[in-house]
Amino acid sequence: MNTIYFDNNATTCVAPEVRDAMLPFFGDLYGNPSSMHAFGGQVAKFVTGAREKIAAFINAEPSEIIFTSCGTESDNMAIHGSAELLGPQAKVITSRVEHPAVLGPCRRLKDMGYREVEIPVDTVGQLDLEAFREALKGHGPAIVSLMWANNETGVIFPMEKIVELAKEAGAVVHSDAVQVAGKLPIDVKKLPVDMLSISGHKLHAPKGIGIFYLRRGTRLKTFMLGGHQENGRRGGTENVPYIVGLGKAVELAAANMAAESRDLTRLRDKLENGLLATCPDARVNGDRAHRLPNTTNMSFEYIEGEAILYHMSDLGICASTGSACAAGSLEPSHVIRAMGVPFTAVHGSVRFSLSRYNTEAEVDYVLEHMPKIVRKLRDLSPFGKGDTLPVNL
Amino acid sequence: MWNYSEKVMDHFRNPRNVGKIESPDGTGTVGSLACGDALTLMFKLDADKRIVDVKFQTFGCASAIASSSALTEMVIGKTIEEAEKITNKDIANFLGGLPDQKMHCSVMGREALEAAIHNYRTGETMIKNLEDHIVCTCFGVSENEIRRVITENSLTTVDEVTNFCKAGGGCGMCRDDIQKLIDSIRDAKIPQVPAVADKPHKKMSNIQKMKLIEEVVDREIRPQLKKDGGDIELLDIVGDRVTIAFRGMCAGCHSAAFTREDFIEAKLREFVDPAIIVVEEGE
Repeated sequence: MNTIYFDNNATTCVAPEVRDAMLPFFGDLYGNPSSMHAFGGQVAKFVTGAREKIAAFINAEPSEIIFTSCGTESDNMAIHGSAELLGPQAKVITSRVEHPAVLGPCRRLKDMGYREVEIPVDTVGQLDLEAFREALKGHGPAIVSLMWANNETGVIFPMEKIVELAKEAGAVVHSDAVQVAGKLPIDVKKLPVDMLSISGHKLHAPKGIGIFYLRRGTRLKTFMLGGHQENGRRGGTENVPYIVGLGKAVELAAANMAAESRDLTRLRDKLENGLLATCPDARVNGDRAHRLPNTTNMSFEYIEGEAILYHMSDLGICASTGSACAAGSLEPSHVIRAMGVPFTAVHGSVRFSLSRYNTEAEVDYVLEHMPKIVRKLRDLSPFGKGDTLPVNL
Repeated sequence: MWNYSEKVMDHFRNPRNVGKIESPDGTGTVGSLACGDALTLMFKLDADKRIVDVKFQTFGCASAIASSSALTEMVIGKTIEEAEKITNKDIANFLGGLPDQKMHCSVMGREALEAAIHNYRTGETMIKNLEDHIVCTCFGVSENEIRRVITENSLTTVDEVTNFCKAGGGCGMCRDDIQKLIDSIRDAKIPQVPAVADKPHKKMSNIQKMKLIEEVVDREIRPQLKKDGGDIELLDIVGDRVTIAFRGMCAGCHSAAFTREDFIEAKLREFVDPAIIVVEEGE
């Protein structure tokens, strides 16, 4: 059975070019880049090279790039590092739909006595800018952490406006750009954001490598102490193979971004429109006009997401759900709930997220089989009867 | 992915007895769209008052569908009196076990069966008794329902109660109340202890002794171990020799030998028989 991988917002495959670039560093080139001998020193220039590529990728200076172990570490570094510097009088402003890697540290700060505000979103998942303006009012320092694009729905927040408002109010601004990196251009010369988090494994580098962008002049308390690496801002011997791999991955992403974005949009729209046409009582969750090109979040009413995923999995199709059952919790996705999705549709949400390696034939395969799965589960469900489904099982 | 048994996956992929019955003798519905799972169960009796036909419709995850399907197979051919003895544990066991966080699917099956039997006997649609105190407002779980899953499944922690009936799994405001229910059920059992402990030990039959050992393990020992994330399994009882295996955090714990001697053996000697020796599996 072939695997049809439509779960690229969860993780992506390592690009073959990335893997090849990494392999020498698991072999002869195992030296420590900090060593005072040529054997280690020869490795340092590859780390420098990767840092330069990544800086160019977001139009930053190489000294503004800090390597971390993952996007979550970068988020924690930004939020805790700023909070520790500014002290407990600082206000922490985030949104209700952030990734847990941002909500977790923000809520920890709340427990520690910081004032924390979670900005709501509207029914298509767009940030309530009025509430954001309101939250920025008042005296004292503020830390803003708002995601650039949502991992579950792909909805893109108006980052230029957010940064502009935050800067006017004198706040320090961080953005979780994990889902944007590799899909949309990032230019920190144009966007005066202070900090960004990026994760390698969302753009065809391996799991276990992240980037923390820290604008020159932005102050921060470091929390990974114990080494001079990354100019003393993040201790720990550099993960050389992964850093080199990430350098290759951003090079690949930058080279084809416009064309890939166009192709992904076409495939995503074909999938989405096809499913809306063949599955009654289906809906799209999220702002269709402001979305990542690769993502669609759809709800199939009256049926439950985990059951949908298990039937899809039997056919080799990989996707995600915001259903409570799949997460091992009892509450469905905080993103779907924050958007006020109708309760008939909350538990039946499925996210499809594509990558450059997906094909039209794969979209066609999913379009052929999804209506049958939906029909099978609707037949089982006590709800939503009276539909006429145009599909024979 | 969940570690579902083959039997769960089989019942999920090929659910038995799906649908409705024309003019059923009993119908029960539990759950709701908002809660994330719901089950409608219908049955028909034959001339001998045995369940001759049963059908279900389920909205929910793979294990909710499998639990419903399993339940229909379990009740077919049974009298009402036999069917109503089925517990959520029986449903989970029939399926070769369910993940802890999915035990509430088996409870939903048992509740739907009860609702259908109630409908058969009274002609009423079973609606939650409004006088029953609702403890968990997020999922609408009453005190009686919580007490029942605690008692029937020997639950000792709030997380376990959440796994079995969802109570406490929403906002979490009722978690203290659930802990109080667990404590009150445990405390209610304690007065029996002196009576049992005062009995002349040697007069117990083997069966009585085994039952008492099981009781003491469930009541006195397991709850303490679970507080530290551990557990034990009772493997064998031969004469005064009790064989156990440590589970969870206890497995491989450096203090396990002390726990066995100073705690488990001491408790069993106190409550069952001073001659008891506790050994670990493989000793």
